Amino acid sequence: MSNIPAELLYTASHEWIRDEGDGSYSIGITEHAQELLGDMVFIELPDVGDDVDAGDDCAVAESVKAASDIYSPLTGEIVAINEDLEDSPELVNSDSYTDGWLFRVKASDSDELKALLSAEDYAASIEEE
Amino acid sequence: MSQQTVLYPQHVAANAKMVDFHGWEMPINYGSQLDEHHAVRQKSGMFDVSHMTIVDIQGAQAKTFLRYLLANDVAKLSQAGKALYGGMLNHEGGVIDDLITYYFSETEYRLVVNSATREKDIAWIQKIAADFQVSITERPELAMIAVQGPEAKAQCAKVFSAEQNAAVEGMKPFFGVQAGELFIATTGYTGEQGYEIVVDQSQVGALWDSLVEVGVVPCGLGARDTLRLEAGMNLYGQDMDESVSPLAANMGWTVAWEPSERDFIGRKALEAQRSQGKEVFVGLSLEEKGVMRTGQVVWVTNRDGEQVSGVITSGTFSPTLGYSIALARVPAFEGEYAKVEMRKKQLTVKIGKPVFVRNGAKV
Repeated sequence: MSNIPAELLYTASHEWIRDEGDGSYSIGITEHAQELLGDMVFIELPDVGDDVDAGDDCAVAESVKAASDIYSPLTGEIVAINEDLEDSPELVNSDSYTDGWLFRVKASDSDELKALLSAEDYAASIEEE
Repeated sequence: MSQQTVLYPQHVAANAKMVDFHGWEMPINYGSQLDEHHAVRQKSGMFDVSHMTIVDIQGAQAKTFLRYLLANDVAKLSQAGKALYGGMLNHEGGVIDDLITYYFSETEYRLVVNSATREKDIAWIQKIAADFQVSITERPELAMIAVQGPEAKAQCAKVFSAEQNAAVEGMKPFFGVQAGELFIATTGYTGEQGYEIVVDQSQVGALWDSLVEVGVVPCGLGARDTLRLEAGMNLYGQDMDESVSPLAANMGWTVAWEPSERDFIGRKALEAQRSQGKEVFVGLSLEEKGVMRTGQVVWVTNRDGEQVSGVITSGTFSPTLGYSIALARVPAFEGEYAKVEMRKKQLTVKIGKPVFVRNGAKV
């Protein structure tokens, strides 16, 4: 059973969401997702300043095995991206919840948070797969 | 129903991620496919290939039979233990399977064929053998480990007996020798030095464990695929199958046209294709971000300046080179660049020979 930190929110498509406390939210992919994808070789990220809608594919995680779209769980503006992934995509494998974060969104509609999954709900959703 | 090799407990104990591979439950990796790949290129790694099918061919007409069955010519083999790679074709010239033939004597040969094609291979071999004085014996009681990498031979020497070390001393590439309990061959599927070792199922666990003890890294099918692709070696079912001619699949060198009076299955069809020569097999490199994937469409320019399309038969990220490489079958073309359709965009890739890495270095 993979690690699913209780303090984060999740999507059924395996993104995690961390509240940074300033109206912005960091987004990454779960440990379970990186296990499914295998060793990362390239991560394509959005540009800072891009506007995204919830559900937009705005990043790509390319592993040895496959390319996988990453969806923004929230509507808003991209305020930061993890530039370390340019040279070290393997951080998504080794530290998926910390140094392997992907991008940060300044959310424009906090109601969207209600649609996200708790750690418990996410655990149940991957159990069903 | 899924089958397991005798080494299944070893894989599970080493935390392998197991996947279905044509009906066999096999390790895809033991944690990191990239680390396993580098182990083989830089040190030594090993693969459980016990799922592969070993077939012994014996009898007064063994040589005559194999000269008809296979597109390569076993008459080239005269030294005991010498191996030969090639295709077993159907009458239309399509590839039923690619395989290695070991020569022991003119009445004794061993074939190692793919597991995914086992049933149709055996059926075909038996059907053709009906007209010859040969016996066909499958050897399911035999298991096989491939130990590969620049340090592979030195590592194996530590676990071989004195008799076995003497038997492999100075053995050239593409030979095999029975030494005590082990059949040891200087063959492989990675582009590195090493051995493929055939041993009875009852002893393979102990052999695997002793190789782990000396530091040989267990590697899964994931690394096996990136290694063979870098080495420009075909994977049956992807780079060729019954609908593909060996001449359009990097196997032209394995078709023995001479002597011209030798009839082999598929010869007539290949001779007709040979004069047309419409498709070629190439290697592609993408030295920017992105990974070419199996099945993607490739566009090349023909001599009339038109864009014509081919297909990527195997694509991946090359861990050794740090960028994406692919094998592709394309129409006759001119120029050095092709375009590949990848996810919403078209990228320019370089066309070269279908081989990228040999003995740890870029070709």
